[in-house]
Amino acid sequence: MQIIPVLLGVSIVVFFMVRAIPGDPAQIILGQQATQAQVQQLRENMGLDKPIFVQYGLFLKDALRGDLGDSVVTGRPVTTELLVRLPATFELTAFAMLIAVLVGVPVGVIAAVKQYSLLDKTTSVLALTGISMPIFWLAMILVVIFGVNLELLPFPGRLDPTTAITSITGLVLVDSLLTLNFAGFWDGLLHLIMPALALATIPMAVLMRMTRSSMLEVMNEDYVRTARAKGVVPWRVIVKHALRNSMLPTITVIGLQVGLLMGGAIITETIFSWPGIGLYAYNSISARDYASIQGVVLYGALLFVLVNLVVDILYAVLDPRVRY
Amino acid sequence: MQQDAVASHEVKTRSRRGDFLRAFFSNKLAVFGTAVMTVFVLMAVFAPLVAPYDPLQTDLPQKFDGPSLAHPFGQDELGRDILSRVIYGARISLTAGLAAVALATVVGTIVGLTAGYLGRWPDSLLMRLMDVLLAFPSILLAIVIVSILGPSLVNAMLAIGIVFIPQIARVVRSAVISVRERDYIEAERALGAGNVQIIFSGVLPNSMAPLIVQSTLTLATAILDVAALSFLGLGARAPTPEWGAMLTDAFRSGFGVFVEGQHAIIFPGIAIALAVLAVNFIGDGLRDALDPRRRT
Repeated sequence: MQIIPVLLGVSIVVFFMVRAIPGDPAQIILGQQATQAQVQQLRENMGLDKPIFVQYGLFLKDALRGDLGDSVVTGRPVTTELLVRLPATFELTAFAMLIAVLVGVPVGVIAAVKQYSLLDKTTSVLALTGISMPIFWLAMILVVIFGVNLELLPFPGRLDPTTAITSITGLVLVDSLLTLNFAGFWDGLLHLIMPALALATIPMAVLMRMTRSSMLEVMNEDYVRTARAKGVVPWRVIVKHALRNSMLPTITVIGLQVGLLMGGAIITETIFSWPGIGLYAYNSISARDYASIQGVVLYGALLFVLVNLVVDILYAVLDPRVRY
Repeated sequence: MQQDAVASHEVKTRSRRGDFLRAFFSNKLAVFGTAVMTVFVLMAVFAPLVAPYDPLQTDLPQKFDGPSLAHPFGQDELGRDILSRVIYGARISLTAGLAAVALATVVGTIVGLTAGYLGRWPDSLLMRLMDVLLAFPSILLAIVIVSILGPSLVNAMLAIGIVFIPQIARVVRSAVISVRERDYIEAERALGAGNVQIIFSGVLPNSMAPLIVQSTLTLATAILDVAALSFLGLGARAPTPEWGAMLTDAFRSGFGVFVEGQHAIIFPGIAIALAVLAVNFIGDGLRDALDPRRRT
């Protein structure tokens, strides 16, 4: 139940973010040509003439109803702008997370089982290299190698301009399968590979390191030795006894990676012109569209807190010793 | 058990510093990291002597000319010498990272010491505050802070420093809690030492190891985040030869960079990755050398 004060704290920080920016918001929205009366009118409409605590109350009330004001650039509600772009970002980040888990966890397990082997040493250095690369550089290098020099993978965007798919859920891969548009599915998949790889690299490396070290810890436990001693086949000891117990810290790490993925999505979507929330955030920052930045930050933090709450609950479900 | 007793007996006969240095320098990756970092630091300090050209000198007809003897790393979108810019960039990128970590370390240590040593309500209050900062994905928090302060390299450094305060504070707090009840602290208190004296002579020195490790690993992330903020237009601006800004400027110059200016992407990126990797190697080496139980 610590989540409520934390969320209130988040809302206060986000509220003051916009209030702390120098200048009168009403004046900024209307521009320099506006008359004094117009500015005064807008100030009253926006509630800027009220005391700051009342303003915060109004902001919180609106935010709870999903109303975060209108984007200064497009004039449409920020919440609408974000919802329209959510499927593109969800598809990209989910695919990236899938790659990260499917590669990171098994490699971490193998590295732990074969500790100090050449494979262990190589993957450890590779994982450290993975977390040392700036994600926008990695994305650009992928474009240089696979997009330009080898011409293997298409970019930018989610689909070729000539490919058309019927939008149902907004997820290209799902929609194309639902409408049996296999050419569309293939095109969407090819477009997804480079940005997803760029986004997946850091979580993959972190998961690899985390899985390896928690596996190493668990492998020394008595119950693993007992399992070995009573003649359980080695792979069964690794999967059933060791991996299962070592997954707890790994799950926590997966939750924390969601925060990194958000930052990564802003950068990756910008480089690949991926029409999601990340690109919207980048454009809002460039245009100083504070209502939109506020929306991205508030929903981003909310999502992050909720994901980590789910992780905490999962933790208690998976480990009966943990009780809240 | 038997082995442990033997090991601890041996430790008594050797100096702690000698142990630490031996452990650190027997780690090949840590030595490699130290060597690379030394080169980067020398490059940064002696940039005007080492750089073959003025990092801001443009030469438009030579735009995106590839690596040659005269320009080993080639020329960028404005014909500037990329090698010289990478050398000057070491000054800016490393200083920005260090400044951010210094801020986080000083403030984080004060918060962590206060919370861990005093306990009770100051602890709850400070740690709840840290929880609020931790509730933001780090890059979003940095964006909020730079939005408030206005985009510039200095403000990006400040923002990244603030973002890392909670991590340092948590590490210091748990270290403080683990030494707070030890006998030697009790002894100091019995001898009449005040809180401040106990903190500086007893608690802080014995909390140093995890703090040093955390700060070093934070430096790696800080260098990356400074570059990322520059990419978002919230950090260093053109024509500053900051590594992240160099990549950003190349990217923003248009699609041509991917075809004819590939070297303008490759070299600044290698500089960032190499510097961060070196710091990570050093951090891992420090952790293993300072805490033998966690040696991997």
